[in-house]
Amino acid sequence: MQTFFKEEQLHVPDFKRSNEILRACVHCGFCTATCPTYQVLGDELDSPRGRIYLIKDMLEQGRTPDAATVKHIDRCLSCLACMTTCPSGVHYMHLVDHARAYIEENYKRPLSDRFLRFVLAAILPYPMRFRLAMFAAKLSRPILRRFPDARIRAMADMVPKTIPPVSRNDDAQSFASKGVRKKRVALMTGCAQKALNTDINDATIRLLTRLGCEVVVAEGQGCCGALTHHMGKTDQSHKFAQTNLSVWGKEIHSKGLDAIIINTSGCGTTIKDYGHMFRDTNLAEDAKTVSARAMDITEFLMTLDVPESQTKSIKVAYHAACSLQHGQQVKTHPKTLLKAFGFDVVEPQDAHLCCGSAGTYNLLQPEISTALKERKVKTLMATKPDVIAAGNIGCMMQIGSAAEVPVVHTVELLDWATGGPVPAAVSHCGWSKIQ
Amino acid sequence: MQMPSPDTAVLINKEHILARLRAVLPADCVIDDERETKAYECDALSAYRCPPLAVVLPRTTEEVAAVLKTCYDLSVPVVPRGSGTSLAGGALPTEDSVILGVSRLNAVLETDYDNRFIRVQTGRTNLSVSGAVEENGFFYAPDPSSQLACAIAGNIAMNSGGAHCLKYGVTSNNLMGVRMVSMEGEILDIGGAHLDAEGLDLLGVICGSEGQFGVVTEATLRILHKPEGARPVLIGFDSNEVAGACVSDIIKAGVLPVAIEFMDRPCIRATDDFSGAGYPDCEALLIIEVEGSDDEIKEQLDKITKIARTHNPVELREAGSAEEAARIWLGRKSAFGAMGQLNDYMCLDGTIPVTELPYVLRRIGEMSREFGLDVGNVFHAGDGNMHPLILYNANKPGDLETCEAFGAEILKLCVEVGGCLTGEHGVGIEKRDLMDFQFNAEDLEAQMRIKDVFDPKWLLNPAKVFPLKHTEDRRKNRVQFAAHAAE
Ligand SMILES: Cc1cc2nc3c(=O)[nH]c(=O)nc-3n(C[C@H](O)[C@H](O)[C@H](O)COP(=O)(O)OP(=O)(O)OC[C@H]3O[C@@H](n4cnc5c(N)ncnc54)[C@H](O)[C@@H]3O)c2cc1C
Ligand code: SF4
Ligand code: SF4
Repeated sequence: MQTFFKEEQLHVPDFKRSNEILRACVHCGFCTATCPTYQVLGDELDSPRGRIYLIKDMLEQGRTPDAATVKHIDRCLSCLACMTTCPSGVHYMHLVDHARAYIEENYKRPLSDRFLRFVLAAILPYPMRFRLAMFAAKLSRPILRRFPDARIRAMADMVPKTIPPVSRNDDAQSFASKGVRKKRVALMTGCAQKALNTDINDATIRLLTRLGCEVVVAEGQGCCGALTHHMGKTDQSHKFAQTNLSVWGKEIHSKGLDAIIINTSGCGTTIKDYGHMFRDTNLAEDAKTVSARAMDITEFLMTLDVPESQTKSIKVAYHAACSLQHGQQVKTHPKTLLKAFGFDVVEPQDAHLCCGSAGTYNLLQPEISTALKERKVKTLMATKPDVIAAGNIGCMMQIGSAAEVPVVHTVELLDWATGGPVPAAVSHCGWSKIQ
Repeated sequence: MQMPSPDTAVLINKEHILARLRAVLPADCVIDDERETKAYECDALSAYRCPPLAVVLPRTTEEVAAVLKTCYDLSVPVVPRGSGTSLAGGALPTEDSVILGVSRLNAVLETDYDNRFIRVQTGRTNLSVSGAVEENGFFYAPDPSSQLACAIAGNIAMNSGGAHCLKYGVTSNNLMGVRMVSMEGEILDIGGAHLDAEGLDLLGVICGSEGQFGVVTEATLRILHKPEGARPVLIGFDSNEVAGACVSDIIKAGVLPVAIEFMDRPCIRATDDFSGAGYPDCEALLIIEVEGSDDEIKEQLDKITKIARTHNPVELREAGSAEEAARIWLGRKSAFGAMGQLNDYMCLDGTIPVTELPYVLRRIGEMSREFGLDVGNVFHAGDGNMHPLILYNANKPGDLETCEAFGAEILKLCVEVGGCLTGEHGVGIEKRDLMDFQFNAEDLEAQMRIKDVFDPKWLLNPAKVFPLKHTEDRRKNRVQFAAHAAE
C-alpha cells in the first residue's frame, strides 16, 4: 500500500520498520478470515487489515491516539494468526508492537484502565507478588465477584482452586544429566507459570535430564518481558529482557549453552524476538546470540534421539497455542512427539483460532476472551479426548477452566511416557484408564 | 480516478441520517467516527480511496431492509460490501455514501444433501461454504483464489470464477436462488432450490450486477459430490508464448481438465517460498489438474502430457501426494498477495479466446518494455481469463498514472482480439471508463434502463460500472431527490 510518512519520521527506526511493513501489505483481506476477533465481532476494524489501517493512519499523522483506535488495537490478541495467513509476509507483530508502545507513550487512558494495567504489570511478572496476590484474591473472591467491572470479575475467576507451593526446582541450580551428558541447556522457568503450576518445569527437568541433558536454571533470570511488552510498556519489558540477556550471556560465555529451553510458548515468541528488540543498541550482538539459542521444548526434543514408546490407548486432543503455531511457526513437532511417544493425537476444528487467553487478554477483554474460550472448548470436546495437551500455561488455564477432561502441558505427557509420574491433573481427576 | 462531486445535501444532512440509522439498528452496528470509517475507504484495489459517510453492519435481512428503506427515503447512496476483496474497486465508497457491510450475516441456514444445495447468508466466506459440507463429502465448486476471505455476497455481485471453473462453471452456474433487498427496502426471493425458476430469468440479471440492483442477503447454492480423486501436474516451459500455445492445443484437442492455471517467472519465484511448492525453475508454468478415478486421471494425464511434450517442456511433474498437491494450490492461490512482496501492483482481468494467448502474452511483454513497468502473469489460462499484474511503486509520483495507462492498453487489446474487459473481477470503478470501448451507447443505455427499474433514484453503488458521462442525467435527478429529502 501507499504510505504517507514524512521524511523525518523515517529516520526513527520504529517508524522506518513500520513503513516497510505497511508497504508490503496489499490490502487483500486474506488475513481477516483467520482472525479470531473478526470471527467474533464481524467488523473489519477488529480484523488485521482494519487494525493495520488504523495503525497506519495514527502513525503517519503522528497524532495523539484516539479512543476508537486504541479500542481496536486493545482488542487484538497478538495471536499472530494473521502472519501465518498473509501471503505478502507482512510482519504484523512488529507493527502492532510499535503501535502499542506509541499508544502507551502518547495516550492517556481512563483512570481505571491505567490502574488495572499498572497492577498487572507490577504483579504478574513477579512470581512472589503474583502468589501473594492470588492468595489475597482468593480470600476476597466473594467481594470481587460483585464488582461492576467485568475485568475485575475475570481476575477473581482466574485464580485457580489450589495454588501450588513454591518448587525448589525453580531455584538457581544445575541438574546433572542422567548418564552421559549430550547437551547443556538453560531452562527458562517463566514468571506467572511457576506461580500457577510447578509441574511443568518439574516434568521438563526430569525429561531433559533423562534424555542426557544438563539443565541449568540460571541465577537471576526473570520474566521474559512479554507481559509488559504487549501492554506497550517497552521500558519495563526491555529491562526484563536485558537482565535475561546478561544472565544467559554469562552462561553462554562460560560453560556454553546448546539451547535456551522454553516451555511457555508465549515467552518463546518474545525471546526469539530479542534480536529485533535490541537491533539498534549496543546489546544487539548479545540479543542475537540469545535469540538464536531460544527453542521451544518440542523443537529441542526433535534434535535429540528420543526412544520409541509403546502405544497407549490414550486420546490426546492437541491444542496449538498461538504463540507456538503462529508466533514461532512450530506446528508439527508437538504432535509428532506425542505420536512417537505412543499417544493417539487428534486436533479440533479451526485449530488456527486462539482460545482467548493471550497473556493478560482474558483479564482485560473478558467478553471476547470468553466467546473464544467457549468456541475452543466446544471444538476440543467434540474430538472426545481423554486429555487435552497444550504448550502454554495461559491456554492450559483458559481451557482448563471449562473443559471436562484434564488439561496438561505436552511435556508432562512426554515425561510420563518415558518413565515420569502420571501428570498431576490426570491423577487428580481419578481417571480409570491409568489406575 | 474521476469521481462525481459528493452530494452536499447528504453531507449537510449527516447527523439526521445517522440518527435515523441508529433508530433502526443496534448501537454497535453503526460506525461514523472518522478514524473508523477511514478503514473502510477502499477494498483490495487500494489505489482508489474515499472514506464513506458511515458504515453499517446489520445482523439480519430485516435490518438490511430497514437500512435501505431509510437511505431510500433520505436519498443517501449505499455501497454494499462483502469482504472487501474486490480488485476492481467494486466496494469503493463515495464521500456521501453509507457502506452496508454484510460480514455479520454469515450463518448456514439449510443444507440438503439429497437435493444437493445449501442455503447461506451471503456474508459467509466462500471457503467456509465448502467447509460446512466437507464432512459429508460435498463442496461448493467456484473457487476464487481469494476464497479464504471473499464472501458469497461479492461472488454473486461479481459473478466470480476461479481455477476450477473451467469444468464447473462460475458463480452463475452454481447459484440457484437469492433473497435480495431492493433499494426501497422490499425483500424479494428470486429462484430457489430447484433448477429453473418460473418467469423471467431474474437470477441471471442479479448475478454479476455488481451491487447495482439490490443487496443480496441469502443465497441458495448448488453443492457437488467431491470427486473420487484429483491430481495436479506441473509443466514448465521456457517462454510465456510456448506455454500459451500449449494451453490452446489442449483446449483444441477437446480435453477438459478441471483447471489450467498459468504462472510466469516473477510469480513462480514470489510464491514458491511462501508455499513450499517446489515449482520448477522455468519461464512459464502450467498447473493442470484432472479429476476422477485413478484410471480416468491416468487417461487424461496421458493425453495432456502427450500434447505438452510437443512443446518441449523443461519439466513435467505430477504431484506425488495430497500434501504436495495442497502446496501447489496454496502457492497459486497466494500469488497476488505474494507479488506484493515485490512491489505494489494493479491486477487486470481481461478475457480472450484461448487461441490468442500466445499473441497477447507476447504483446504484454512488449508493452511492459514500452511503459517501463514490470508485469507478472498468473491466471486461469483454460478460460482465457488473463490477470496481468502490473508492478509499480505507489510511493513514486506518476507511477500509478503510467500503470493505469498501461492497464487500459492491455484491456483494449483483449477487446480487440475478440475478448472482453472482465472475466471475473467485474467492472467496478477500474474498468468503468473502458465500457465505452466494448459497448456502444445503445447497449449501455439498455443496461442502464434495467438499473432504472431496480434503483430509480440511482442510489446503489454509485459511479461504478457505467462511464460517468452516460450517467450524468440520472445522477442529476438523484441530487434533486436528495435536496428534497434534506428539506
Ligand atoms: C488476492 C486476490 C485474489 C482474487 N482471485 C479471484 C479469482 O480467482 N476469481 C475471482 O473471480 N475473483 C478474485 N478476486 C476478486 C474478489 O475476491 C472477488 O471479486 C470477490 O467475489 C469479491 O467478494 P467480496 O465479498 O470481497 O466483495 P466486495 O469486495 O466486498 O464487493 C465486491 C462487489 O460486490 C458488491 N456487493 C458486496 N456485497 C453485496 C451484497 N450483499 N449485495 C449486492 N452486492 C454486493 C459490492 O458493492 C462490490 O461491487 C481476488 C481478489 C484478491 C484480493
Ligand atoms: S493478508 Fe497480508 S497483505 Fe493481505 S491484507 Fe492482510 S496483512 Fe495485508
Ligand atoms: S494478532 Fe490475532 S487478533 Fe490480532 S489482528 Fe492478528 S489475527 Fe487478529
